[in-house]
Amino acid sequence: MLGDVCSHSKQDSWLNKDWKDRRTTGGTTVVTLLVSAIMLSDGCSFMKGMLLGGVFCLVLSFLGSFNFSSESSTEDHHHHHIYAPTKDELKRLSDSRVEELKNQVRVYCIIMVQPKTLVYWATVLDTWSKHCDNAVFYTSESSKALEAVDLNEKDDWARLRKALIHAYENAGDLRWFFVAQPTTFAIIENLKYLILAKDPNEPFYLGNAVKSGELEYVEYSSGIVLSYEALKRLMTMFKDEGQCPERTHTLWKMGEDKQLALCLKYAGVFAENGEDRHGKGLFNKQNVVNMIKQSMQDNPTDVVEGCCPDMAVTYGGMSPNQMHVMMFGVYRLRPYGHDFHDWLTFYPPKDSDND
Amino acid sequence: MKTLGPRISFYAGFVVGTLTLSVFLRQLWFERQVSTLARDLDYQQQLEEEKKMWKKEGSALYNLKHPHHIGEDSRMADELYKKVRILCWVMTGPKNLETKTRHVKYTWSRHCNILVFMSSVDDPDFPTVGLGTKEGRDQLYWKTIRAYHYVYEHYADEADWFLKADDDTYVIVDNLRWILANHTPDEPIYFGRRFKLFTKQGYMSGGAGYVLSKEALRRFIEGFKSKQCTHTSSIEDAAMGQCMEKVGVLAGDSRDSFHRETFHPFVLEQHLTFRSFKSFESYCYYPVLEGPNCCSDMSVSFHYVDAVGMYLMEYYTYHLRAFGYRYRYQPPTPPGYSINKFESWDAGKKDKKLEQKLVHPDLSRTDKRQNEDPPPVDGKDGPAAAEESASEDTEATVRGFIKTHLKLPEDTVKNITFDRVHRIGAKRTRTGRPRPIGAKFGHFKQKEQVKSRGRELKGSDLSMNNQFPKEILERHKVLFSI
Repeated sequence: MLGDVCSHSKQDSWLNKDWKDRRTTGGTTVVTLLVSAIMLSDGCSFMKGMLLGGVFCLVLSFLGSFNFSSESSTEDHHHHHIYAPTKDELKRLSDSRVEELKNQVRVYCIIMVQPKTLVYWATVLDTWSKHCDNAVFYTSESSKALEAVDLNEKDDWARLRKALIHAYENAGDLRWFFVAQPTTFAIIENLKYLILAKDPNEPFYLGNAVKSGELEYVEYSSGIVLSYEALKRLMTMFKDEGQCPERTHTLWKMGEDKQLALCLKYAGVFAENGEDRHGKGLFNKQNVVNMIKQSMQDNPTDVVEGCCPDMAVTYGGMSPNQMHVMMFGVYRLRPYGHDFHDWLTFYPPKDSDND
Repeated sequence: MKTLGPRISFYAGFVVGTLTLSVFLRQLWFERQVSTLARDLDYQQQLEEEKKMWKKEGSALYNLKHPHHIGEDSRMADELYKKVRILCWVMTGPKNLETKTRHVKYTWSRHCNILVFMSSVDDPDFPTVGLGTKEGRDQLYWKTIRAYHYVYEHYADEADWFLKADDDTYVIVDNLRWILANHTPDEPIYFGRRFKLFTKQGYMSGGAGYVLSKEALRRFIEGFKSKQCTHTSSIEDAAMGQCMEKVGVLAGDSRDSFHRETFHPFVLEQHLTFRSFKSFESYCYYPVLEGPNCCSDMSVSFHYVDAVGMYLMEYYTYHLRAFGYRYRYQPPTPPGYSINKFESWDAGKKDKKLEQKLVHPDLSRTDKRQNEDPPPVDGKDGPAAAEESASEDTEATVRGFIKTHLKLPEDTVKNITFDRVHRIGAKRTRTGRPRPIGAKFGHFKQKEQVKSRGRELKGSDLSMNNQFPKEILERHKVLFSI
């Protein structure tokens, strides 16, 4: 009899029932287990222990079932979203206002490079960075091949700090800042469209916003966007060695994107996620090929629609060749006879032949 | 001490029980995830999706959804879709259906007017046509010959141009229409990536795809009937080129107005990044340009595109774009397709003046053209029977002509619709001879019907023919002198 109870297969009742039903059956099974446990009080204590252990585990999993299955969704559940303006919103603005906004939305690109990523550096220089109003390359050490602002700094966080300070001091009349890595490909026109109606004198910190524990931060490889006000507050924060130290002497290092988020948080600036009206993220840390491969598995009948947004701003992890192809795909290749009549026109940059 | 034993075993049992059940539950949870995924990818669902997308008539597929974007002005593309009808046939085999051909079906081929998949084996579900050949590189020309014969037999009337592509070719059909709109299906001409060698006028690369006009197809079929063309070799593209040359079909220049190639024998990445090498250059008919000039903005095809590549190209072509970007290259409008009538489409106050200047550069030209040069095809001219007067009703004149001289019944004549009817050419006040009348028919079939009565005019001083713009007439001069 003990043997029967000990080998009682709880399996069957679970496999054949739906999740909802499982909860109710689970409840009843727990009760029966408890009862049987008590009944066996004079039997093997090991078995008793095992039964109670199992019951304990079930109870825990029920309570934690929401956390269990929605692991991925909590990450997406952002409180702050940033959308591009709709066509109607733009239509309502006057001509002069639109011109004003177009001028206001000019971008200072901060591209963090290193001599060891020279090929990527050269590709960024040759491709999308030409569409920035001012593209400045910041390197950890000088390279004979290409020009950059030499920060002479090996520590990632310290380097980012120095670059941001330099950008703030040399901003001129540019009011938006975009931080990228050499493996990032950015479509600056789409960035401008996203922030078109946003006031740079308000603190904005946006990109691909993800959560790590309690901290919500903008992921580095998909690009970080900062408004003038956000950067200004950051400058003040940098002077506070307590909350926002230049060098951390802890054993484990927090990524510099998380460090940045922390400093900004103390300055009252919070991360926001850039997305389109369908909820698709405009800042992607994966490269486009991987995203398509994923979509081929997830949505085999609707691969492209289910994958990537039309007005994507960034893709991370791009190889140099992939960047050349994307450059052609965005700024050259199109089907004849399809027009969008966008409310704004962005002109191609001077002295460029691949766009 | 005695009580300690059972207590320890109790705790041990507790721990073991917790661990085993947690492992067990985790396993169950993953299985549930997997099973829902499997349900989503259910074969039945896929079939349902496909039924909504395609109309199957025998082995031909007609796309029902004709992909469009919200907020997109695709009137030009839609007009071209109606006027430049392309039948796409894709060379494939049974082994490739799930790995390659499927992705063709879900991407670029949706933009064709008619789609047929050619294989060695009949497959009513996909569907594919069984050409009765074997599989293999040496069968390519046989498959091509049979495929074109099949297409001519079944769909000659439904299309104007007949494209051949491989199951690893990506084709931008809208851009193909842009090129072909500069020509008519009556011209014996074919387009593709022009290679030299083996033929005097060159031949078109098989992998990059090539497209025959209706007349070229007719001559190809005739060529085989009269044994002028035979299965000369298994090198499909070269053999095709030789036959084309024999039957007097011209090898066209598919480059854009900046002399950049539109059909490509390799993937985009290769053309953009490789530095030209001698063996490739020795094949190409036109000089090979490196870097971004390798490829036209209006590129038509790429070859050796794998499954992921198909979706990537579709994304780059039809989806991903830079907001408000004003492209450097403004492709010239094909003759007879005026942009100015699309001006009223939600052209807002913003940048409108700028847009007009830049997007419609041909504005003044097209206006003139409408008066002097009525659009090609569907035209009919010839010295009119009636004298012309200052304020005549040219349409009534034409109707009268069709009734009286072409002897078509009154009811038929009443039902004929015209888009435009007017006198052509500068007023010849001195000679007093009546000017020809150009009539643009509303329906192709009606024009054909009227044209077919041409023999009624034999012996009279009246004539009737298709009217082509200057550029095409120039080209005809070249063709017919071969």
